[in-house]
Amino acid sequence: MYSLEFLEQLYRTIYTIRIFETECIRLYRQGLIIGYFHPYLGEEAIATGVCAALRPDDYIVSTHRGHGHCIARGGELPKMVAEVLGREAGYCRGRGGSMHIADISTGNIGANGIVGAGIPIGVGAGLGIHIRGGDQVVAVFFSDGACNNGVFAESLNLAAIWDLPVVFVLENNQYAVSSPIEEMSRVPDLHKRTEGYGVPAYLVDGNDVLAVYEKTSEAIGACRKGKGPVLIEAKTYRHGGHHVNDPGLYMPKDRLEYYKARDPVKLAREYLMQQGQCSEQHLAAIEQQVQEAMEQAVEFAKNSPEPSVEAFVKEVERN
Amino acid sequence: MSEKESTSGPCGIRQLKYREALNEALREEMRRDESVFVIGGGIGQRGGSYKVTVGLLDEFGPRRIIDAPISEASFTGAGVGAAITGMRPVVEILFIDFTSLIIDQIVNQAAKYRFMSGGKGRVPMVLRTQGGSGNGLAAQHSQSLEAWYYHVPGLKVVMPSTPYDAKGLLKSAIRDDDPVIFIEHKLLYLTEGPVPQDEYTIELGVGDIKHRGSDVTIVAWSNMVPRTLAAARKLAQEGIEAEVIDLRTLVPLDKEVILDSVRKTEHLVIVQEAVRRGGVASDIASIVQAEAFDFLDAPIEIVAGKNTPIPFNVHLETAAVPQEADIASAVRRVLHL
Repeated sequence: MYSLEFLEQLYRTIYTIRIFETECIRLYRQGLIIGYFHPYLGEEAIATGVCAALRPDDYIVSTHRGHGHCIARGGELPKMVAEVLGREAGYCRGRGGSMHIADISTGNIGANGIVGAGIPIGVGAGLGIHIRGGDQVVAVFFSDGACNNGVFAESLNLAAIWDLPVVFVLENNQYAVSSPIEEMSRVPDLHKRTEGYGVPAYLVDGNDVLAVYEKTSEAIGACRKGKGPVLIEAKTYRHGGHHVNDPGLYMPKDRLEYYKARDPVKLAREYLMQQGQCSEQHLAAIEQQVQEAMEQAVEFAKNSPEPSVEAFVKEVERN
Repeated sequence: MSEKESTSGPCGIRQLKYREALNEALREEMRRDESVFVIGGGIGQRGGSYKVTVGLLDEFGPRRIIDAPISEASFTGAGVGAAITGMRPVVEILFIDFTSLIIDQIVNQAAKYRFMSGGKGRVPMVLRTQGGSGNGLAAQHSQSLEAWYYHVPGLKVVMPSTPYDAKGLLKSAIRDDDPVIFIEHKLLYLTEGPVPQDEYTIELGVGDIKHRGSDVTIVAWSNMVPRTLAAARKLAQEGIEAEVIDLRTLVPLDKEVILDSVRKTEHLVIVQEAVRRGGVASDIASIVQAEAFDFLDAPIEIVAGKNTPIPFNVHLETAAVPQEADIASAVRRVLHL
């Protein structure tokens, strides 16, 4: 049984991710956000559950679908919204955008526009820990799509032979952009691949925040003791296409409905109400606070200045 | 290291091989800074294919001298991740030809991280690799690919030609907060030169005039430097005084040392081993014509590799890249002799 306080924190995070993505999609439709924007809708329980099991001095490596990871790791909404709006006050001073948010202060090494590229980078963070001799761990988020990139196989092996403290978090949303996993892999249960590398693996319901939290806590415990890497495959499903402008017509309706019925935010709310004995009133207050925080973040970002072109040109002249 | 001591001169200057100078640089930086580590294929027990890392495993142990599987993309990526989180990795890729396997980690990750993170992130990593032809290693082990990395903003590119430069530049590269592509040359590892006993570093981005002259400027780097110096000595016998500039680093480029010399000699020859098309020499020529056009007495001559993969046959291989005679001919052409 979990405390109200803990369940409330989980819910606050998962709901914040939901609101952030929903609100940003609205801003995108208004033309305020441009470029690529990959919503984490439907996958929120994974980042929330994994990050709840981490210590402040641990690291995470994120993906192109990375807003949820950043928020779950304690990222600040005003800086995130400012970044996706391309403003100077954003995490990357408007130079990175949605696909490149990094927050060194929370150990978030960053999102990545190249599928799979973050996996070896996470292994490197683990290697650094191993050399220094600490007991930090690295949670590396990546997708089913990334599993078919060579660096996945290479990196699993590197982490295994050097006993690195890396938790590989495989967010299996069952699509590599638009290609279904059944067509891209003969064995859709991707965690089965780790056996040949000597890496223990677990399958978990990626829509169930407590299941993710529990399995990750167990994996991290082993990692911290120097037992080497672990892989967690969290099965989930996107609530839409690959990015904002992809309607996801290739996603079968019945399957989408099945996963929407198992909405991770709804499940987390039920945990909070039932296990946490949270009142309707208190729940409404939490949601209200999250919504207000997001409104303030949007207001802040909208009113914050664009990066100075002059300063940029001056900056790069030295290169 | 008794061999070194026996050759040490009265002022603490010893004759060291290029590879020994590199070894000293690694050793000194690893002693100085615990965050420095080396990772690559066969660098531990074996001491590296070109023996640059010999003895480091014994002194620093397997945690800091790491033999990696043939997973170039991932152990380079591991270098990037370690660098972001506070380490100073030296990643060794045995042949620059194999860096084709790590392009994403270098070009999309290491080079861009500082910029993409709004200047907050750092990737203090050195990629040590080795290129060039002349050993009969054929098309996939002999390329000169510096232009690839020269082209990408966010990377520094270092190409030393002497043991002295190799040591001082590698030490600076390791201390640099940005990713540095450090390109050695396979024909230089056994060359010898003076290296002081006392510690020194060489600032990145400072070219070196290896031979003074007033008639013509010849710009070169890496193994083209000794070849150019040999040509310069021959030209001196004909009464032509060539000034030979060793760029030492291509990024940052020491534009001033080139322009100052060209303003004096009014003639420029640029020598690169890499293929002619899309090379660094062309870029240097474009900079010089833009900034010192009025000083030039003749069109700039570029002596470069032919636009071909490096052939295996020794005669064909020799014909594919600039030789001493090609450099001397270009100098005579630019001087209308």
